[in-house]
Amino acid sequence: MSKLSLSAFTRIKNNMQTELIIAGSGGQGVLFAGTLLAQAAVEENKETTWFPSYGAEIRGGTANSTVVVSDEEIGSPVVNSFSALIALNEQSLDKFLPKAKPGAVIIVNSSLVNKKVDRSDVKAYYVPASEIADKQINDIRAANLVALGAYLKASGILKLSSAKQACDILFAERAKLIPLNQQALELGYNSCRQG
Amino acid sequence: MKKTLMKGNIALCEGAIAAGCKAYFGYPITPQNEVPAHMSKRMPELGLVFLQAESEVAAINMVLGASATGVRVMTSSSSPGVSLKQEGISYLVGCELPAVIVNVQRGGPGLGNISGSQADYFQATKGGGHGDYRMIVLAPSSVQDMYDHTMLAFDLADKYRTPVMLLADGVVGQMMEPLMLNKYIPAATGDRSWVLDGARGREPRSVKSLLMAEGALERHNLELRKKFDLIEANETRIETKNTDDAEIIIVAFGISARVAYSTMRALRAAGKKIGVARPVTLWPFPQKTISELAKPGRKFLVAEMNMGQMVEDVRLAVNGKCPVEFYGRPGGGLVNQEEMIERINKM
Amino acid sequence: MKKILSKTESLKATPHLYCPGCGHGIIHRLVAESIDELGLREKTIGIAPVGCAVFAYDYFNFDVSEAPHGRPPAVATGIKRVRPDKIVFTYQGDGDLAAIGTAETIHAANRGENITVIFVNNANYGMTGGQMAPTTLIGQKTATSPYGRDPKREGYPMKVCELLSSLEGVAYLERVSVSNPKNIISAKRAIKKAFQNQVDGKGFSLVEVLSQCPVDWGMTPQNSIKWVEDVFVKAFPLGVYKDKK
Repeated sequence: MSKLSLSAFTRIKNNMQTELIIAGSGGQGVLFAGTLLAQAAVEENKETTWFPSYGAEIRGGTANSTVVVSDEEIGSPVVNSFSALIALNEQSLDKFLPKAKPGAVIIVNSSLVNKKVDRSDVKAYYVPASEIADKQINDIRAANLVALGAYLKASGILKLSSAKQACDILFAERAKLIPLNQQALELGYNSCRQG
Repeated sequence: MKKTLMKGNIALCEGAIAAGCKAYFGYPITPQNEVPAHMSKRMPELGLVFLQAESEVAAINMVLGASATGVRVMTSSSSPGVSLKQEGISYLVGCELPAVIVNVQRGGPGLGNISGSQADYFQATKGGGHGDYRMIVLAPSSVQDMYDHTMLAFDLADKYRTPVMLLADGVVGQMMEPLMLNKYIPAATGDRSWVLDGARGREPRSVKSLLMAEGALERHNLELRKKFDLIEANETRIETKNTDDAEIIIVAFGISARVAYSTMRALRAAGKKIGVARPVTLWPFPQKTISELAKPGRKFLVAEMNMGQMVEDVRLAVNGKCPVEFYGRPGGGLVNQEEMIERINKM
Repeated sequence: MKKILSKTESLKATPHLYCPGCGHGIIHRLVAESIDELGLREKTIGIAPVGCAVFAYDYFNFDVSEAPHGRPPAVATGIKRVRPDKIVFTYQGDGDLAAIGTAETIHAANRGENITVIFVNNANYGMTGGQMAPTTLIGQKTATSPYGRDPKREGYPMKVCELLSSLEGVAYLERVSVSNPKNIISAKRAIKKAFQNQVDGKGFSLVEVLSQCPVDWGMTPQNSIKWVEDVFVKAFPLGVYKDKK
């Protein structure tokens, strides 16, 4: 049997599947931001998986969630290399940037990350997510969704309206939180510029 | 019907509730903590029983008690906790009591770690407890399976009056995926003449596994064997894809089967003739199908998240007719597509 | 003519296989009489232990479930939680309840499970041939303490009533013996109360019955009774240890 090179395989996969890792410190809402993206994928009838880092780190340690969005059945929800990264703090950027595939979309929370992305084969976007959340909607905890909004714009994988719909579903029992979270997504979406 | 995004561990709870589970007894252990947490909220809401036991040993024996009264009952745990349940599992089989036991496997041996694993295949399928017994073992590989298989597990447990294990793992338990909340269709109720509900207007009943009279235990074991034979004949389940023209068949269960399927799709797209055989029941093991797939010129790759457990059953089924190779990641590691492709390239 | 004796309905006609002089036969009878007098037989589910009373389902004329060694309180919990309308009791020995099943005992008690526990303490493991139990007395010789129980090596006799008395979930604890008619009458009263408590929903009730085990103690039945009265009760004083109002 002839061999199939890994790079050829990666190209096949890239056409139909996106693997995003959202990483930050525990308490920054990385698990929830991932859930919201997965729910948005459900709204568009796409295949999706969400997988958390889990264990002892509830607050303070590092946390991440991996979301795969695809047009067809998904293999493992745990992936070794990513086509997108949202880094909510510097530690996360250091840890996961080396695992980004060429061409990956990198969203950097520039409020907390003081360095630039030192790879030229990826597309980096700097979004002051914590500042936007703090100053414009008076809730720094919404930085996760500001960053997610930016990612939706940068990647174009799912519509902003689908993410807003996902808010309606995930906050169904706490409806008063819906406008704030939808606003965070929108602010992030509109603030996203490559550079 | 629209799909619902749900975690595997939650889906199994909802599957249990849909199937009429009346009581849940468990003890916290990662990576299945969502199960007792979710059940502690849902069961009382529905007027059903939830109790956090003092240990996995106590939990499985609470299951035994509840089951003896004829209600559907479930417990869940992860590998180290499931080791503690083995005594109770042996008693459940011996006493012929139905129950659903979930193992959201983590890495071992010992405390291991909390990452997903498939290292309890032997424990689940070869009888982790004492005595000469078999237990039905289902291997879910998606959130949908977590839901559907739990319902199936209750039906099989009742049908054969025997415990059924859902052998999941930390990845399937922790992941979220869209699922269809399929409606549960109740199975026919079997014989209830064994249920302990008070000797009102009838002779007293006993639930027991101790058979000291001359020949009684051997007769009991032969009866159990007949039941196990019936289960093997009726309940063996396997899923196969693209095996007809396959030069290489990947045999994998649970989370590894997902990786096998995505590997197959990637390699098929590149023109490689790869098929997948995914045992859905690990016991009864789909010996016959694997044996029939073992044709000259074909190779098998068994992929598991352990150092080679199901591969022994595959080799027995193939019986030397084809080469059987192994790709595994032990406790602490996860099988992945890149390595699986590399492994196939070397075959 | 007035009928003064009738068959105890909750006991089967099966002859007991207990050793001559053993206390189990008396205790079975007291349990059965209590259940009959309270009219509970048709809704009772008993749990037989691993130990001498393992065949309890052959003697009691109501539904009985087996349990793995030490696990009767967990099995009883499972039954009572799904069938709160049933009367559920465990019948356990000292090895079952106070050694291998200590955790199950303490936690069922602490949860205040509304069950009745009949705890037969005969200071040794009867069925397996007279080995040391958690309740074996200091200096007492058994198959596995041939030099006598030495607290430096084997610790002290475990006093279950005293131990459980501090737990808030516990409703009733009493230690009794069946060494003579007066004590048997007292034991009957305690056992009946432990069942009545369950009917009244009072929570966990346990009666510890000091019982004679002449064969494994290496005594005649008469001497075993004398030992209970002269020695055993000194280490395990009879009386009520808790009676929650």
